[in-house]
Amino acid sequence: MKKFTILDHELVPKHVLLTKEEKRELLERLAIRPDQLPWIRASDPVAKLIGAKPGDIVKIIRKSPTAGESIAYRFVVP
Amino acid sequence: MPQVKGEVKVIFAPSKKIKGITFGLLSPDAIRKMSVGSIITPDTYEEDGTPIDTGPMSLRLGTIDPTQKCKTCGNRVGQCPGHFGHIELAKPVVHVGFVKVIHQLLDATCQKCGRLLIAEEEIAKMRQMMKERPRLWSILKPKVVPKVVKKAMKTMECPHCGEEQSKVKLERPTTFYEKTKTGERRITPDVIRARLEKIPDEDYEVMGFNPKLSRPEWMVLTVLPVPPVTVRPSITLETGLRSEDDLTHKVVDIIRINERLKEQIDMGAPMAIIEELWDLLQYHVTTYFDNEVSGVPPARHRSGRVLRTLAQRLKGKEGRFRSSLSGKRVDFSARTVISPDPNLSINEVGVPVDVAKTLTVPEKVTPWNIDELRELVIRGPYEHPGANYIVRPDGRRIDLRYVKDRKVVADVLAPGYIVERHVRDGDVALFNRQPSLHRMSIMAHKVRVLPYKTFRLNLCVCPPYNADFDGDEMNLHVPQSEEARAEALTLMLVEQQILSPRYGGPIIGGTQDYILGAYLLSHKTTTLEREEVERLLFMCGKTDIPRPVILKPKELWTGKQVISALLPQGLNYTLKASSCRKCRECTKSECPHDAYVVVSNGELVAGLIDKKSIGAGEPESLFHRIVKDFGIAAGSWFLDNALKLFLNYAFMHGFSMSIDDKRLPEEAIKEIEDALKKAEDKVSRLIEKYKRRELEQLPVKTLEETLETMIHEVLSNARDEVGKIAAKYLKPTSRALIMARSGSRGSILNLTQMAAAVGQQTVRGERILRGYFERALPHFKKGDLGAIARGFVYSSFKKGLSPLEFFFHAMGGREGLVDTAVRTSQSGYMQRRLINALQDLHVEYDGTVRTADDKVVQLKYGEDGVDPSKSDHGKAVNIAKTIEKVLGVAALE
Ligand SMILES: [Mg+2]
Ligand SMILES: [Zn+2]
Ligand SMILES: [Zn+2]
Ligand SMILES: [Zn+2]
Repeated sequence: MKKFTILDHELVPKHVLLTKEEKRELLERLAIRPDQLPWIRASDPVAKLIGAKPGDIVKIIRKSPTAGESIAYRFVVP
Repeated sequence: MPQVKGEVKVIFAPSKKIKGITFGLLSPDAIRKMSVGSIITPDTYEEDGTPIDTGPMSLRLGTIDPTQKCKTCGNRVGQCPGHFGHIELAKPVVHVGFVKVIHQLLDATCQKCGRLLIAEEEIAKMRQMMKERPRLWSILKPKVVPKVVKKAMKTMECPHCGEEQSKVKLERPTTFYEKTKTGERRITPDVIRARLEKIPDEDYEVMGFNPKLSRPEWMVLTVLPVPPVTVRPSITLETGLRSEDDLTHKVVDIIRINERLKEQIDMGAPMAIIEELWDLLQYHVTTYFDNEVSGVPPARHRSGRVLRTLAQRLKGKEGRFRSSLSGKRVDFSARTVISPDPNLSINEVGVPVDVAKTLTVPEKVTPWNIDELRELVIRGPYEHPGANYIVRPDGRRIDLRYVKDRKVVADVLAPGYIVERHVRDGDVALFNRQPSLHRMSIMAHKVRVLPYKTFRLNLCVCPPYNADFDGDEMNLHVPQSEEARAEALTLMLVEQQILSPRYGGPIIGGTQDYILGAYLLSHKTTTLEREEVERLLFMCGKTDIPRPVILKPKELWTGKQVISALLPQGLNYTLKASSCRKCRECTKSECPHDAYVVVSNGELVAGLIDKKSIGAGEPESLFHRIVKDFGIAAGSWFLDNALKLFLNYAFMHGFSMSIDDKRLPEEAIKEIEDALKKAEDKVSRLIEKYKRRELEQLPVKTLEETLETMIHEVLSNARDEVGKIAAKYLKPTSRALIMARSGSRGSILNLTQMAAAVGQQTVRGERILRGYFERALPHFKKGDLGAIARGFVYSSFKKGLSPLEFFFHAMGGREGLVDTAVRTSQSGYMQRRLINALQDLHVEYDGTVRTADDKVVQLKYGEDGVDPSKSDHGKAVNIAKTIEKVLGVAALE
């Protein structure tokens, strides 16, 4: 039997964990502290699946009706 | 540090920046400390009218009497800030605002030792985090604290001293009970206070409080501050009688009961009497804070009026926040009824002379304007281009109404003076109509001073304001500084707002008669004589008349030629007009109804100009193209001139509608009757089938619902068909039809309802079934499912409705009215909340959308960074139109 994961669902956008380097680069580019990004719970089903821990930043790539593809970042909180 | 810059000494005052505000509770000590004295007398004035020194109107609490000096600070009315007093309560009372917190605290802590009912180790763990990782704690706090408190409230045995706990019950508003094995026992405020005192600071912190700002026992009052008289001034009525503020009344009540209670306690009165007075004191203190607590009868004035106490001063629409802080009143503003004036520019507003003589603009006197300003001063406040005030360089104002010889004042005028002159033609003013739902609800206009008493505006700006002239009033504000004027002119001027940020399209544009005029003028049968063409074009400032298309026997021009003269050179454009009949296959420029507009290099080659071309709020219209490709100036020229021409052509042509416009020939009426009969038969066949249970059930629907849906479908098809018949037989010269086709007013649906049949009436989207048991009206049989019994109206408005049909129509109509009333109030509330939530969002220079404290909301505005008002109906680029523009119209043919 094939195991089901919510990541395969078409309404779940792609979530990517940022590396330390990418994280630093992003925060520098936006000139912000990590908590000034929107938050996502570590207990969020997708965050759990990709192994996000508090303090991490998740990059979300989703389909957008206006831009085709849009990027958002979430700061992982407990 | 003083710095010398030339002659002027600039002093930089030491300044401090506010980092934050904390709110806390006043401790009894703090209340006594800020008080100037105890207030113990429940009376305001002596017989001779002097305030009683120990009463609530004491002169020590400040003064509101211009003849008196404050006994505390020695200042007079404007200077004295007012001072607090206090009342020592004979017995403690609960503060209504904190009963919920008190309840939680009592339930979560031990009755004996006062500790939080959580294991020691757990408390220590949290305290450690608090100390070592305060940032993390501040994030976790809102989530952890409620959990901890909830857990503590459930614990029934103290983990610290082992004492068994009993549940505390709160009986609103302010009474607490304890559930013991023997039954319920009341806990009085002094017991509550004693228990709260026992809670240690350490445990209090774990529950999310800051003991430096609030100790729990402070929520039970032992001392009550008496506010300064300046916040509760008394009013002297015309009769000479003094009327006290509601708060003063309440303070008097509290003092009176407090003193009585004190006496009884001192006398050693029985507990029952004391408790009664104690409860009364609790009542007065409660209503003093909030006179709308549920479960408490509101305190009333002797006249029976409900008192407005502290909470009422702050709460709601008339409260301090919404009325005094968010809603301010302003000077330099005017309000009156509006009326139309198509001869004004869209950027103008007509201002009545009377208003112009009251509103002023401060103008600095310079060598270049001194002569002109002298003239204005001499003309004075009562004649129009005049002046009302002069401000001397020392800041003194001279009111020109009281100057005997204005010539003398005019002579002393010199650079450095300021003249507050009347508003005059060309001044900038902000014009507004409520409800101010979007940016375009306040726009800058240039003033045109006009006779009569109404504000006047060009009809093209009605759509953004949502204004009509059935008695609407609007507001006018006159900016007073150079910066404000510059800002208004560059950002808010009407022509800057033609393209709406709501969607990519012009929100300002033609309506009603403008569209009708354009339609009639662009009609292929319209021909004009020289005089008419000249009259029309001259009013737009066009002096070169095109060559007539017909020379003999008379020079004649087509309407399209006139319109072409108004279009900018180089405009290439095609669109389907509003009058398009949606033919199965569009023949484009060959359209037999002339409903395909073709503009080639500024020449209107084919097509009727109607709503789709020049209407307000029509994206991708001819007018939108002009604004986008030729700029705002061209757009505003088009509105001021071309649309005026269309309107004047409508005047020239003349247009009136009559009942005959809806008259159908005999055969049409016959055909309509047949169609309706057929539908009726179909309905009764469906009902038969349903009764025989032969009806095929639709998925996810019951049999009854299936029948309803099918009947609904049959009847609405019938009305559509009837509409088509009516449209077919209506004379093409029918004025109503012309209005509907051009989109200037009314729709084909309105027409069919007038000419053929009104159709099905609905309530809540269903055929009408309400009023009686299993029937809508007693005129029908119970369970009658037929068309007539369930609100189908066979008659037309022209023919008139039968009494039963009329009743059904009224039912449907009322629902519409109720809906709009409910919708406006609901959407108004939603709008308020949205605006409050979103007001500080802004786009940073890096393109990100951020909140006031620089939190990121979007990485790019709208995810694509497109300004909707500069977009093509929401899209960043419109490829089809771009190709058309580059290659010219011919390429698309
Ligand atoms: Mg109105
Ligand atoms: Zn004072
Ligand atoms: Zn205990
Ligand atoms: Zn067509």
